[in-house]
Amino acid sequence: MGIQVQSISKKFGNFVAVDNVSFEVKKGELVALLGPSGSGKSTILRIIAGLEEPDRGEIYLTGQDVTSIAAQKRKVGFVFQHYALFKHMTVEKNISFGLEIQKQEKVKIKDRVAELINLVKLHGYEKHYSDQLSGGQRQRVALARALATEPQVLLLDEPFGALDAKVRNNLATWLREFHNELQITSVFVTHDQNEAIEIADKIVVINRGRVEQFGDPREVYEHPDSKFVASFIGQVNVLDAVAKENRIFFKDTDYQVENRSKETLADGDVVLLVRPEDVEISVNKGPFSMPFVIDKIHYRGSHFEIDCMIKSTNVRIFEDKNQFAQQQWREGQEVFLTFKTYRIFEAEEGHAKVREKLKELGYIE
Amino acid sequence: MKNSIEAVRVIRKKRRVGKSILLGAVIGWFLLLILFPLYGIIKEAFQNGFQLFLSMLSTPESRHSFLLTLWITLITVVINTLFGVVLATVLVKQRFRGKLLFEGLVDLPFAISPVVAGFMFIILFGPQGWIGSWFESSGIKIIYAFPGMLIATLFVTLPFVAREVIPVLREFGLQQEEAAFVLGASKWQTFWRVTLPAIKWGLAYGVTLTIARSIGEFGAVLVVSGSIIRKTQTATLYIHQEFTDFNYVGAFSAAIVLALASFLILTLMQRLYKRKEGA
Repeated sequence: MGIQVQSISKKFGNFVAVDNVSFEVKKGELVALLGPSGSGKSTILRIIAGLEEPDRGEIYLTGQDVTSIAAQKRKVGFVFQHYALFKHMTVEKNISFGLEIQKQEKVKIKDRVAELINLVKLHGYEKHYSDQLSGGQRQRVALARALATEPQVLLLDEPFGALDAKVRNNLATWLREFHNELQITSVFVTHDQNEAIEIADKIVVINRGRVEQFGDPREVYEHPDSKFVASFIGQVNVLDAVAKENRIFFKDTDYQVENRSKETLADGDVVLLVRPEDVEISVNKGPFSMPFVIDKIHYRGSHFEIDCMIKSTNVRIFEDKNQFAQQQWREGQEVFLTFKTYRIFEAEEGHAKVREKLKELGYIE
Repeated sequence: MKNSIEAVRVIRKKRRVGKSILLGAVIGWFLLLILFPLYGIIKEAFQNGFQLFLSMLSTPESRHSFLLTLWITLITVVINTLFGVVLATVLVKQRFRGKLLFEGLVDLPFAISPVVAGFMFIILFGPQGWIGSWFESSGIKIIYAFPGMLIATLFVTLPFVAREVIPVLREFGLQQEEAAFVLGASKWQTFWRVTLPAIKWGLAYGVTLTIARSIGEFGAVLVVSGSIIRKTQTATLYIHQEFTDFNYVGAFSAAIVLALASFLILTLMQRLYKRKEGA
């Protein structure tokens, strides 16, 4: 058994930071807590570590209830967002800190430190202080320090948050390989969906202190449980539509798509979510296609983003740069779009409100 | 073209002249305020030879006063270092009502004239005072005795350590301590191994300021001590006494020792300040 988080809640004053959150991390898994800033994901991590006390709920580490046990006794490894290296200590001393607290034999400590230096590839930096290291190196020292005491569980708070894009990618891949090697039960917090999808075995999507979805990256990406998940994980078109007799019409048009879910839709406003890469663009009319006009074309390096309009509805699609070169799309051109996969959510609060919310959160423009 | 070069030259010359005037003013002021008086003290102290200088310092009154200053300074440093660190920790880490007001109050000893502070303590701890009368009935004298002088010195030096440690502690933050907790360190271990090394230069600077002020304190101590010879007379009070008794050699001999101590502390302070800013 790895980590069990059982219906934990935490308030700071009147602000509900964590609201009845439960999930389970199996032994040896690498799980991402994914959510926007202020969603409560770091607080959950701190509660698991014992740095924050939950108002309600329990935490189990390797099957043992640790809710009332102090952080000092939980035996977790924790990598802080800005590493929190001991500034007045050398790399070596940082790594050996936990072992010295445990009063281990000097020889043993020396061996273990050498082993960890080797593991995180920091030869020659043993006597350096943290301000003599690069961001990536500091991060690896923090990791080595957390692993020194052989914790049962490793927790990482935005482990790559403070690094620039390139180092971040390398380190993320490295962490994944590292985890495959060590097989230590790990949880990391991130606001970067790509990071989560790339390296996690499972993703817990957190929004406003609640678990929105828990599943493996593919599940979360391809079968989002909620509008929030769909819009947070990757780019998505949020389209206003109306359900009538179990058919879905685009707002102000006669164009429709079929309801592919087994449940019958009640008449009323709905929201249709379709990912840009799940839309096919063509000059030819197809069996399920709809006529659009290309409004704007944005160059994005490896691909193009094309905004297509139908009445007041705007659909953004991705087009590979090679494809684009073949088709020579231009603004103002009439095209046909086919939605390959999409999801429909009832707009219980009215679609305008849903859009407003998503806008407020910064997921759509 | 030539004219403009000429103009630049004139401007440069004017600037040089301006700089020289400023530098001259600074040096002149320095001479007037510090070097001349220092020269005066030294001249007075040694006017009748080095032998007399030494004998003036070895009178029982003089020796007693220096010992008293030493003791008061030592105890003040110990108490205010401990208290200052606790005070800074509470002010940085805890949240409570009226924290801002409290933080302002820490600076009160800076704002109050030491003489006024002295009278405050007489009202409080004097034989007829609220607290003093209770101690008096238990046979413990506070005012015109060592405890009163210690309290007065503690009061005037209260802000130094806290004021120096608060910003360092604030910048230090919580994360390194949390990192230590997670690694199994107790609060005590964390303080000694992580927090204290991080704040040590700020703390040392605060301690040095405390020492300097304890040695030099005059007003508050004068009021609460009554300056009783060989009883409650500190070095500064002794100098004052000798001076008013027209024993200039004695006064200036003692003054030189204090000035020397100040000079040493000043040098130390400058070093510590660099370390503090550098770290």
